[in-house]
Amino acid sequence: MLTRALKAGVHPDECKFTAGSQIQQFECPERLYVPLQQHLGRKAKPVVKKGEIVKKGQRIGEADGFISANIHAPAGGKVKTIEKVMLPNGVFDDAIVIEVNLESGEVAEPTWPMKPLSELTPDDIRIIAREAGIVGLGGATFPTAVKLTPPDNVKIDTLIINGAECEPYLTADHRLMLERTEGIIEGAELVRRAVGAEKVFIGIEDNKKDAIQKFDELLKNKSGWEVVSLRSIYPQGAEKNLIKVVTGREVPVGGLPFNVNVAIQNVGTVYSIFRAATEGIPLVERVVTVSGDAVSNPGNFVIPFGTPAKLVLERCGALFDEIEKVIFGGPMMGMAIKGYDVPVIKSTSGILCFKRAVREKPKACLNCGKCVEVCTLNIAPTRVVKFIRAGKLEEAKNAGLLNCMECGCCAYICPSRIPLVQWLRYGKFMLRKMEAQK
Amino acid sequence: MAERLIISSSPHVMASDDVPKIMRHVIYALIPAVAGAVYFFGIRALFVILVSSAVAVLTEAIILAVRKKDVNEVFDASALLTGILLALTLPPSVSFGTVAVGAFISIAIGKQVFGGFGQNIFNPALVGRAFLQAAFPVEMTTWIPPRIMQKVDAVSFATPLGGFKFSHIMTSHKALLLGSVGGSLGETSALLILIGGVYLLWRKYLDWRIPVSAMISLVVLSGIMFLVNPSKYPDPIFMLFAGGFMLGVWFMATDPVTSPVHPKAVWIYGAGIGFFVVIIRLFGGMPEGVMYSILLMNAVTPLLERYTRPRMLGEEK
Ligand code: SF4
Ligand code: SF4
Repeated sequence: MLTRALKAGVHPDECKFTAGSQIQQFECPERLYVPLQQHLGRKAKPVVKKGEIVKKGQRIGEADGFISANIHAPAGGKVKTIEKVMLPNGVFDDAIVIEVNLESGEVAEPTWPMKPLSELTPDDIRIIAREAGIVGLGGATFPTAVKLTPPDNVKIDTLIINGAECEPYLTADHRLMLERTEGIIEGAELVRRAVGAEKVFIGIEDNKKDAIQKFDELLKNKSGWEVVSLRSIYPQGAEKNLIKVVTGREVPVGGLPFNVNVAIQNVGTVYSIFRAATEGIPLVERVVTVSGDAVSNPGNFVIPFGTPAKLVLERCGALFDEIEKVIFGGPMMGMAIKGYDVPVIKSTSGILCFKRAVREKPKACLNCGKCVEVCTLNIAPTRVVKFIRAGKLEEAKNAGLLNCMECGCCAYICPSRIPLVQWLRYGKFMLRKMEAQK
Repeated sequence: MAERLIISSSPHVMASDDVPKIMRHVIYALIPAVAGAVYFFGIRALFVILVSSAVAVLTEAIILAVRKKDVNEVFDASALLTGILLALTLPPSVSFGTVAVGAFISIAIGKQVFGGFGQNIFNPALVGRAFLQAAFPVEMTTWIPPRIMQKVDAVSFATPLGGFKFSHIMTSHKALLLGSVGGSLGETSALLILIGGVYLLWRKYLDWRIPVSAMISLVVLSGIMFLVNPSKYPDPIFMLFAGGFMLGVWFMATDPVTSPVHPKAVWIYGAGIGFFVVIIRLFGGMPEGVMYSILLMNAVTPLLERYTRPRMLGEEK
């Protein structure tokens, strides 16, 4: 076992209240609103019609191009309609509404080869990832098949399995690592085979000692595999940071992990590959942490995609009258939703309800440099934001604007309460607009 | 069901340190130096500090009101801090009128002219101090001995630096550390300043690189001079503890608004202050040079920042 720590970053209160709650299956609701855009890239194209009967696991949306992902029916039933629903980011987009037939236990035939795991070839594994609609479950929801297909001239030597889960409150990955340890290891082995890596590291933060121990016991004697205990700090789980911490390599600015011969996958993602390969079930549900001070029964639940937030919160005893803010994801990078109809999708790692939304009036920048100190990418946020505010987008770009991953450390630490991330997003938006006009 | 959910940009949690809290703690850290001032120079010292603070806060409030800004900003305590700092850099015998003028200039010219909090280039307290130095040169260089120093010739009394520069009199390290010497209200005891400084270090409200780099550069440079000619130049420990250096590098050079944020720039900034203090003290016409050194480095800070952008993760070396 190795021990490592990220330099810089922040350490908000961990608030991992649900770390001890076993994963529970969330009862499938009577109606699911399954969006066609649950991933990064092009929206899937619907392949079912109104009135059609679908089986559980049947493909209902087809990947549109290479950077896109298939969408499947989380439960059997009848397609009621295709209508617009609000996604976590506030945008209205098409969703397939399924009237669920809870009696029907029928499961669709997988559209990928079902063989013993040891016989799956790298191409089989890529087909599974692609067909089963698997995307990065760490938050970015980038189509996994793309990540499993590095360019021909690139040799991947290292695979990192990301079990950092550095966001406060979230414990979904933690529970998965404890309860589905073998599945994660088998899934990681498939990914290792697909990318041809020799070395596999499993990075887990040390606020999850039990998970570290469990993996270490299973992997101690497996040559080429190593558990890395990471001192808890946010945003250690961000790809570039974890690669740096584990291997010492720096992904070049604007580059991808394969540029430094590394592949990196979240624990939930590799587990869903394992599940697709062994049970023939595509990605139709995920573990979601439901927590926050406005929820009386917090926990970790496997929730089918398309389940409206409202039903989840009712089940968890949310104190609806007291809620000021609901976040999809973690408190550092998650999105505040506008209404309770927003459905759980592939990126939903958590649903957090708070009685108090932090609201403070921003002051002028004190120039204290704390934002510079905490930025793990070594951007000087205060300066970039000053350029943006002054309309100097070129300067902002030269100072690293496009490199920013919006991790939120700078805004978290800022004593003047400047919404730095909001400014950075705005700056990126304006810069793209300006460059498009040229 | 509360139908209106609050939406805002991530992150949704925030660290507990905000501007008023940081300012408050810097003021707490000055308590030993303030207590020292009263102990060494009597209760009048307290009134000097009070006048300076009151005028600073009042000036700030009035200007905020005139500029139609939120007057509550005065409760940031940053004007109060400026007032206290200014008072600590003044000679104990300074008249209350002079103090008031200094405090007014600090806030009005040193801070608000630039656009208020966070916009100023120079440390406001030092701007006020520099103005007084120019306007009342005699009053600003007239020193009285501390109460615990008996039987001294009060007429020709000098600070340790003045004594060294003009009459080549050395003051003991112990006296400099404890503060039983002449000088400005808050600068005489290196120990009391260090207590406050270490408190801020511990609370992480102070950029340690600034005092450290300034002290290293001062000790190294004056050490070299001392080794070259010990009979002409004072030893580095004397240089460190005498005059306003400790107060300056721990409490004024570290003012976040006027110091750099890029790591390399921070080191150069601190080292530059130490460097210029040695140059002015040993080769200039004045016995002391802390104020000008800090103001000078404040002035070059924007330039330093421009050329020291840190290497981003994954950027070419
Ligand atoms: S943390 Fe906030 S106040 Fe401090 S330099 Fe950065 S933006 Fe300015
Ligand atoms: S500038 Fe971007 S990457 Fe750096 S701390 Fe802020 S949000 Fe994170």
